[in-house]
Amino acid sequence: MGLFVLRRLGVMLLTAIALTFVVFFLTNLQPNLEKLARTEGSVRMSEEAVQDWIEQNGHSGSVFLRYGQWLGVVPGWTYTDEKGDTRGRCFQIGEDPATAPRYCGLLQGNWGYSTFFKAPVLDSLGEKLAATGWLMLAVMLVMVPTSLILGVLSGMREGSVTDRTLSTFSIASTATPEYVSGVVLVALFATAATGISPLLAEWGLIEPKKTLFLASATSAMDDITFWNFALPVMTIALYGIGYIARMTRASMTEVMTQQYIRTARLKGVPFRTVVMRHALRNALIAPFTVIMLQFPWLLNGVVIVESLFNYKGFGWTLVQAASNNDIPLLLACSVVAVVVVLLTQLISDIGYVFLNPRIRLA
Amino acid sequence: MTSSPTWDPSQPILEIEHLSISFFTRLREIPAVMDFSCKVMAGEAMGLVGESGCGKSTVALAVMRELGKTGRIVGGSIKFKGRDLTTMSAEELRHIRGSEIAMIYQEPMASLNPAMKVGAQLAEVPMLHSGMSKADAWKLARQIVADVRLPDPDRIINSYPHQLSGGQQQRIVIAMALMAKPALLILDEPTTALDVTVEAGIVDLVKELGEKYGTSMLFISHNLGLVMDVCDRICVMYSGEAVETGNVEQVFDEMRHPYTQALFRSIPLPGADKNARPLISIPGNFPLPHERPPGCNFGPRCDYFQKGRCDAAEVPMFPVPGSDRHETRCFRWAEIDWDAPPAKREVKEKAEIGRVVLKMEDLRKYYSVSGGAFGGGTKKVVKANETLSFEAHEGETLAIVGESGCGKSTFAKVLMGLETATSGSIMLFDENVQSTPIQKRNTDTVSQVQMVFQNPFDTLNPSMSVGRQIIRALEIFKYGKSDEERHQRMLELLDLVKLPRAFAERMPRQLSGGQKQRVGIARAFAGGAKVVVADEPVSALDVSVQAAVTDLLMDIQRENKTTLLFISHDLSIVRYLSDRVMVMYLGHVVEMGTTDQVFSPPYHPYTEALLSAVPIADTHVQRKRIVLEGDIPSAMNPPPGCPFQTRCRWKSQVPGNLCETEVPPVQVLEGGHQIKCHLSREILATMEPVIKIAAE
Ligand SMILES: Nc1ncnc2c1ncn2[C@@H]1O[C@H](COP(=O)(O)OP(=O)(O)O)[C@@H](O)[C@H]1O
Ligand code: SF4
Ligand code: SF4
Ligand SMILES: [Mg+2]
Repeated sequence: MGLFVLRRLGVMLLTAIALTFVVFFLTNLQPNLEKLARTEGSVRMSEEAVQDWIEQNGHSGSVFLRYGQWLGVVPGWTYTDEKGDTRGRCFQIGEDPATAPRYCGLLQGNWGYSTFFKAPVLDSLGEKLAATGWLMLAVMLVMVPTSLILGVLSGMREGSVTDRTLSTFSIASTATPEYVSGVVLVALFATAATGISPLLAEWGLIEPKKTLFLASATSAMDDITFWNFALPVMTIALYGIGYIARMTRASMTEVMTQQYIRTARLKGVPFRTVVMRHALRNALIAPFTVIMLQFPWLLNGVVIVESLFNYKGFGWTLVQAASNNDIPLLLACSVVAVVVVLLTQLISDIGYVFLNPRIRLA
Repeated sequence: MTSSPTWDPSQPILEIEHLSISFFTRLREIPAVMDFSCKVMAGEAMGLVGESGCGKSTVALAVMRELGKTGRIVGGSIKFKGRDLTTMSAEELRHIRGSEIAMIYQEPMASLNPAMKVGAQLAEVPMLHSGMSKADAWKLARQIVADVRLPDPDRIINSYPHQLSGGQQQRIVIAMALMAKPALLILDEPTTALDVTVEAGIVDLVKELGEKYGTSMLFISHNLGLVMDVCDRICVMYSGEAVETGNVEQVFDEMRHPYTQALFRSIPLPGADKNARPLISIPGNFPLPHERPPGCNFGPRCDYFQKGRCDAAEVPMFPVPGSDRHETRCFRWAEIDWDAPPAKREVKEKAEIGRVVLKMEDLRKYYSVSGGAFGGGTKKVVKANETLSFEAHEGETLAIVGESGCGKSTFAKVLMGLETATSGSIMLFDENVQSTPIQKRNTDTVSQVQMVFQNPFDTLNPSMSVGRQIIRALEIFKYGKSDEERHQRMLELLDLVKLPRAFAERMPRQLSGGQKQRVGIARAFAGGAKVVVADEPVSALDVSVQAAVTDLLMDIQRENKTTLLFISHDLSIVRYLSDRVMVMYLGHVVEMGTTDQVFSPPYHPYTEALLSAVPIADTHVQRKRIVLEGDIPSAMNPPPGCPFQTRCRWKSQVPGNLCETEVPPVQVLEGGHQIKCHLSREILATMEPVIKIAAE
């Protein structure tokens, strides 16, 4: 087991390096750097000045070397200008280059300085990640049980009325992208003028001009309540529920036609027990992988939903970093995303082994 | 739930009367079983035989009321202990299933839950039906597992199904059926997927347990020999109907239905001979349920068919007077001379055996495999073939027999060039083909060695017409100069395998199993192969079709002087058609000689056990039963010394512990008969024949 995990971790590391390099390469393309020079320096810089700025701030030279510096495996750049001032990656102007560390990249905990937050990347990102963590947790808690129950219920009697109703719902919910379902949910539950809120206000159940749910989740940053968190969570979960429910259903219907299910029935096992004891575990093997692979997909939903509900988490940060050309922040976000994706893959592989007794590690 | 109070044990335990079952598909109603009646008395074993698709499983599942969404009982009744199962509520049924009627199926692996421990699956039954506590149920499970003679029951009940061998899994399925001591046990081809020696063990077990617990049985099989071993009574089914029923001896010795007679003439019993007394296959094909002829279903294939009589009305069951409930569904049973020899048995000329065409010397094939599921662990060596040496001659049939996993198929793959040998040489027409993979062999060599596979379904391309596939093979072998020439040759090949030329246009799915196998044979012979390796070519086919396909192979061989390497585990068919036999065990050739030498003493101890395990459908044959204990050892971890030493009953006759320490030498007896064993010639000479044909 240990060896297997170790090997998988090795492969993960290589994948992570390759992926982050791609992101590094794309964010550090010449046009991006020129834009950076103009925002950092002055908008009216001449072409040459821009080139000089790029050179003097360590953005020139081989992309591999720069990537190495960012990672912290290549010594940071230094530049001494004609006035004799030395600048470098690892120290501020005025500090003594001799006392500064030679390496200062990701590995040394130096994730760069966010131009958007005007703070070190690591500090600002941690807080945002925690916020998204809560969101994801809530989504998982809603999504996984709901979708498994729906899938099992519709798969245990293929073609029944329950099956057809639930399948229709699942297909509809996966077919609706988050930006549509988010807007629909807001219109229905969180607008003072439309949906059910005016009705409720009329009946005196909520205060006039208020809405049942909040259309902004900003307040959830400090204090999560049902009313400010339900809509963003539902928006992300709905999409996943449909998808996972359909996978579970397919897996369940297949299991229900297996001979060992017939054996169980012919032993006189009641239908409920057949489903719970004989079918369930076998039917969950395939959806488990799907659920784990759903995590990266959630990141996608998170970007949309956080922007829609103005919830300042990871997805929101990513959008801000991209639109403000905040290269260090963007890079950091990509590192987080890559690690999340790869970790879930690993968990999914290991979990699969535990669910499926036919695969045992030597 | 124990026996219902109203039931009198002298009455039948299961009484099926005029049962009709249909499947309702979108296109039509498929009448799978029509007017089927049979009675099973307490403690009796009833055999149900017939070709696949005749409705055996449907009857069994109807008794369990498990016909799926499309199947429905459209008439008749099934009385179990006097109560009609067809009208029972789901809840009542549930109490009977598993506790009073239990079922055992063909594929043990598929019928066990892969994600549940064996013990839990067993313990469930008494917990469900008699409210036993979990601890007691597990204790009972352990005891029953020991009862079905599985070694180390404590380990077994804590294993998952995939950790057991096929034979062990089937024993678990049997144990599961016995957990509640049912009154009726339904066995649907319980041993079809197993090796003969394993099968023999299971059959012994079933018989013994049936006697011990007084269980009645409905035993479904297409193997007449097995039915004779297990059952008291038999019911022969044809196309959804019972055509003959009676006690086993009566039906076997004095059959009164033409189909039963034809069935017996198509199976290779001892004494059959491919030249002097060839098998007689049943002409034509089995009618599909919705295409049955008017009158007698067997009419179109019956030798005794009489127009205007047999096709005029539905045939009822006629009792045969002066017998023990013997009945037959034939208008003419009383007029037919049942002792007359078959009319059209043609005697064939024996093929000349020519010069050596294939020679193997000290061939070895080792595989190295890694241990763990994720590729971790240490590398192990599997010795699939150990120093194989033999010669095969032109026009000769050399049979290779042995249990699954003994290396037969590896050998075939090496010969075909699908695998390269580890060492040794294979000479074909003096051309050394040993280490040339098939891609590098020239087309001439490729077309000279061809293969017929076990499962014709897997090897035909489902989306290409039959004619096209044969033409493809001709193109690969670079046969002919033009498309017309190849087309012509394709039609000739269809003639050769006795398929109508119109079949060239058909798609594989439109063919029956036997017809597909014929296409496979046509393809193998497309390039004028000199050596054909047939890997279990008929074992997936029904007996009546087997006869036709074997006959076809023999005819083609006779005409083309082909060397046939016939790989099989079915010793009856091997005895019938081969000239020489090679017996393999764990990669070793343990015995080799002419068919007569191998099938009569002195035997290699393994051959002796193998022969004694083959069920023979002949009441005059007496068999000595030698039960092989345990499973075949893993090829990854073979025993030291003689490969067979873990199961050999002769081991004590060898002085010292030679068997456990040294690989035995090959002894060459009279007439070139080779036996790889430490037993002295004196002891070998004392061996008695396993099969004796009693004087009539
Ligand atoms: N679920 C089904 N739907 C339609 N036809 C079926 C179904 N099951 C069996 N049949 C048909 O019923 C007939 C009898 O099948 P079966 O009882 O399986 O035969 P056997 O067990 O003797 O091989 C066959 O013609 C088969 O095609
Ligand atoms: S009824 Fe006629 S066709 Fe049918 S089996 Fe008897 S003789 Fe043959
Ligand atoms: S060598 Fe010994 S163990 Fe092997 S078959 Fe002969 S007697 Fe049996
Ligand atoms: Mg069947």
